[in-house]
Amino acid sequence: MIEIKDIHKSFGDNEVLRGISGKFQPGITNLIIGGSGSGKTTLLKCMIGLHHPEQGSVTYDGRDFTQLNTEERIEIRKEIGMLFQGSALFDSMTVEENIMFPLNMFTDQSRSEKLDRVNFCLDRVNLEGKNKLFPAELSGGMKKRVGIARAIAMNPKYLFCDEPNSGLDPKTSIVIDELIKEITEEYNTTTVVVTHDMNSVMGIGDYIMFLHQGKKFWEGSNKEIAKTDIPELNDFVFASRFMKAAKDKF
Amino acid sequence: MNFTNFGRYILLLKAAFKRPEKWKIYMKAIFQQMDFIGVGSLGLISIISTFIGAVMTLQIAFQLVSDFIPKTIIGSVNRDSTILELSPTISAIVLAGKIGSAISSEIGTMRVTEQIDALEIMGINAPGYLILPKILAGITMVPMLVIISMVLSITGGYLGGTLSGAVSPTEYIQGITTDFNPFTIAVALVKAFVFGFIITSVPAYEGFYVKGGALEVAQASTRAVVVSCISILACDYLVTGLML
Repeated sequence: MIEIKDIHKSFGDNEVLRGISGKFQPGITNLIIGGSGSGKTTLLKCMIGLHHPEQGSVTYDGRDFTQLNTEERIEIRKEIGMLFQGSALFDSMTVEENIMFPLNMFTDQSRSEKLDRVNFCLDRVNLEGKNKLFPAELSGGMKKRVGIARAIAMNPKYLFCDEPNSGLDPKTSIVIDELIKEITEEYNTTTVVVTHDMNSVMGIGDYIMFLHQGKKFWEGSNKEIAKTDIPELNDFVFASRFMKAAKDKF
Repeated sequence: MNFTNFGRYILLLKAAFKRPEKWKIYMKAIFQQMDFIGVGSLGLISIISTFIGAVMTLQIAFQLVSDFIPKTIIGSVNRDSTILELSPTISAIVLAGKIGSAISSEIGTMRVTEQIDALEIMGINAPGYLILPKILAGITMVPMLVIISMVLSITGGYLGGTLSGAVSPTEYIQGITTDFNPFTIAVALVKAFVFGFIITSVPAYEGFYVKGGALEVAQASTRAVVVSCISILACDYLVTGLML
């Protein structure tokens, strides 16, 4: 479980996060949603240590990440898998080398063991046989799937996804969403997904935290979100005419 | 502002020189960088050095038009200028343009495409993995390139001087072998070592802290080359002042 308490973060005079608290449970898909500039990516980066919050704590199963030294943080980071918005695959490496990279760095497995793990991960994201391709040769959806394969290569306890559907067509988005949900349930990972994709919200949002102007405005599940009457949340979730019509049917 | 940058540069170097997670992976990266910096720059350095040697001989011959000065002095002046200044400094400035911009763009692009964040999230010391192999490759390959440059520049002087008739082969060879002080080689190698460090670490710093997109990466590359060149010239003066 990941617990955040009273997270504050500013960039100069701009206070982006204003005291956010919440709990993200393992085995379910936790979503952080909100409009552009609401602070969701900043919150994610504070949680994984890419930004340092001015106040508050981030606790990974009882270990306060904000109070740890560099070496202790590295140990927690080895338990983290992350899917970046732009996939962040290493350009100079093939798909196989990308996925094998954390295994090369942190394990003493033999080459054949690592290769087995790579093939397992690729199989898991339906990309078997694509080992020797370079990121430049992959489509957006394939890059995301390789990103997921790399993220799960080390059997992470915690999985973070930053806008996994951005730039993808609706069909591929659903594939990525389903994959994240399956992996979360299968390996009981604590998964936190930052998104503003409404299909994801309605499809896989077991727990949803809605941020508005740097504050936690609402939390609940995808079933509860359909029934809410909070104007700010309704404006965000049911912004389109289609979604408004869909809301009436929920 | 410059003090802030210098402080961040020192902190980045401190992080880069931390103990590697796995030497085997780093060794592979070091050899790749040695290939890129050393072998990849050999052609350019060879051409530049040969022509500089040839032109230097012609210009020295042009300036020493007196019957009281023996022509062997052309070889001596060319040798000392090449070893002490031209080979280390010109090579370093050329390499700062070629390698410095490549390093800065590579690391800068990795920063803006979140590849550096990905390394950090994996628990990898990103400065160490990205910068240390480049610095180690730089401080080993630049001195080697400078040695090759010296040989080619002096050979170029021989070819340029004899083909143009500015100096005879015997006079040139007598000039380059008379009163040779081996300490000048040591000075040149110290310079090459320092320049190799600058050429790799300064662009790495510029690239590592890029914020923004393609435009900022390009600006960082330009800044990397400019700062590297100025640092090379400043350190050239310092090393020369300290050692000679």
